[in-house]
Amino acid sequence: MTQVFLGMPAPGHGNLFEEEPFPQAAHRELGNTQMRKNLRHATHTIRDKRLKVVGELPDWDDLRDSGSAIKNNAMANIEELLLQFEKNFTARGGIVHWARDASEANKIVTELVKATGSTEVVKVKSMATQEIGLNEHLETEGIEAFETDLAELIVQLGHDKPSHILVPAIHKNRTQVRDIFLKEMPGVDPTLTDEPAKLAEAARSHLRKKFLASKVAISGANFALADTGTLGVVESEGNGRMCLTLPETLITVMGIEKVLPQWEDLEVFMQLLPRSSTGERMNPYTSLWTGVTEDDGPQNVHIVLLDNGRTRALSDRFGRTALNCIRCSACMNVCPVYERTGGHAYGSTYPGPIGAILSPLMTGIEAEDNGSLPYASSLCGACYDACPVKINIPEILVHLRGEDVDAKRDTHKLPTQMDLLMKGGSWALGKGKNIGLLEKALPLGRLMAGKNKKIKKLPGIAAGWTQSRDVPAPPNKSFRDWWSDEKESK
Amino acid sequence: MSAKEEILGRIRSALSDAPVAEQTPREYRKSSEMSEEELIEMLVDRLVDYKAGVEVIESAQIPKFVAAKLKDANSVVYPHGLEQQWLSQLPKGITQIADAPGARLSVAQLDATSAVVTSSQVSIAESGTIILDGEPNQGRRAISLVPDHHLCIVPVSSIVQLLPEAMPRLTITRPLTWISGPSATSDIELERVEGVHGPRTLDVLLVRGL
Repeated sequence: MTQVFLGMPAPGHGNLFEEEPFPQAAHRELGNTQMRKNLRHATHTIRDKRLKVVGELPDWDDLRDSGSAIKNNAMANIEELLLQFEKNFTARGGIVHWARDASEANKIVTELVKATGSTEVVKVKSMATQEIGLNEHLETEGIEAFETDLAELIVQLGHDKPSHILVPAIHKNRTQVRDIFLKEMPGVDPTLTDEPAKLAEAARSHLRKKFLASKVAISGANFALADTGTLGVVESEGNGRMCLTLPETLITVMGIEKVLPQWEDLEVFMQLLPRSSTGERMNPYTSLWTGVTEDDGPQNVHIVLLDNGRTRALSDRFGRTALNCIRCSACMNVCPVYERTGGHAYGSTYPGPIGAILSPLMTGIEAEDNGSLPYASSLCGACYDACPVKINIPEILVHLRGEDVDAKRDTHKLPTQMDLLMKGGSWALGKGKNIGLLEKALPLGRLMAGKNKKIKKLPGIAAGWTQSRDVPAPPNKSFRDWWSDEKESK
Repeated sequence: MSAKEEILGRIRSALSDAPVAEQTPREYRKSSEMSEEELIEMLVDRLVDYKAGVEVIESAQIPKFVAAKLKDANSVVYPHGLEQQWLSQLPKGITQIADAPGARLSVAQLDATSAVVTSSQVSIAESGTIILDGEPNQGRRAISLVPDHHLCIVPVSSIVQLLPEAMPRLTITRPLTWISGPSATSDIELERVEGVHGPRTLDVLLVRGL
């Protein structure tokens, strides 16, 4: 008994929660017309680019099949792979730490930074550190974290929240970015224009001194290769190379699901990832390092292997493939819901279709309002088509909706309106006779519709349907009645 | 119980249904039959698309082209294992500094250096990617990062079409830097802009007979 108890997968903490029901959050975000315009422009730009570069590869679907199978294998053998990675990374001078959850990871990183005597760190964009709220934690400990990725910098300077996993400031357009820089960037040129090249240059001069002087860097990792103990970071600007190369100490925080069995697997993921994420044939820079290399790069190298709800997701046999995600963001770029509501509506660090399954899988469906996330989809399946590792997101969304219904049923003593409706529906549709009986009430509907022949407001939970549309008056006669009349008249 | 033991315990309990994953299919392209000319043409096309400067030259022309590309530099750093002769036609006014074991340049010195010349290990035509692996003719990662202008020598014999063809030519445990064009960002409205923190100018010499 005890053995089972001690090893039970536990829910994740940190920035993984929707704090109000998704429809409510979506309603508010939809009111921001500037954001909707920005998102529409950005998601359409990236869709076209992605389709073009994906179309160039005759073996794209073979790569997806391989990527999916490699990940399924990695998850089935994750214990062995993590131990293998630890052994190889340690053998080459790296130090491995394990963190059960967000607060433990934050504590480990804080202690490592404090041990260097530094009160400043530079950071490469990382979803894992966003998820655990590392920057905020470091601040309470008197350590200042500088985000160095351009979009993260925009978010940090704008006191904003990321809304996309690849382009966290996707909800801002160039003019808004310029305004943030003018207001918040120390020493910025007051004549700065909103030309993207000028904005990038401003970021370069702002961060240059930090890069050259920093003693400690914190990164995430896109991959960990078990058979060699190698870590990889994929980036564009060179801020990653700066952080991974120049400081004395490098601390990487990585979710345990990033481990890949063998180094040859890189040849699959380095074809899938750049084309799916920024729609480029290859991202400008990729750095790979294996522990410590004498005389080249940081000599004090750490990795924190993070659970924080990942084992909880792994325990869901219908949902565990969500852990195959390589954080490319193709699913959000093609999602009709994400395109309109933006990332903030999802609450969690992980927005869009993948976030709608990953967040509740990591925290449990009952946590906060995460049970509302699986409904943030029309189940159109565009995400599944775009996913480079073929995660069947619509199927997992439906599975999680079922979990949500079950969880809610357990907490209500009395049947809800939905329960009653479903019961009624099952009675009505169960037998031809029953539906025939109900159809006798059609004239009542016509009466409700009145002269305009429109029903403007339905009662109870059905009111959601009439919130933005009218129901046309029902016909005089049902199809079934009409059909039997027709037959008789012949 | 340590965090490690507990996480591994959670994994075992999460996988108590003992899932068996399918065998990994690897039907994607692993070899190609492009001619040398086709490889050059494809790599040039990709690099130009990334806004890198590219020249296709003969090995005897290296010193001349290196000098031409670096004519505006004040100082040039090079890894100690680089062919010295390649820098032989650089004008006298340009300081040449070797980064060598025991005589490493500091970050501040690198920041004050205008350009870097390195060789490269392998290049992938299909994605326009040049890979540096820290060999003595490519040097430490910092030297090809901090100076604002990177001049990279790519022997034509080191070009392959596909990423899977490049993998056997790499030693994965070395510090690797994959470069596909100059530093860039797509963070503003998802439009690509060249020139952020890494070298803003990337010049590539594709050298035949090397």
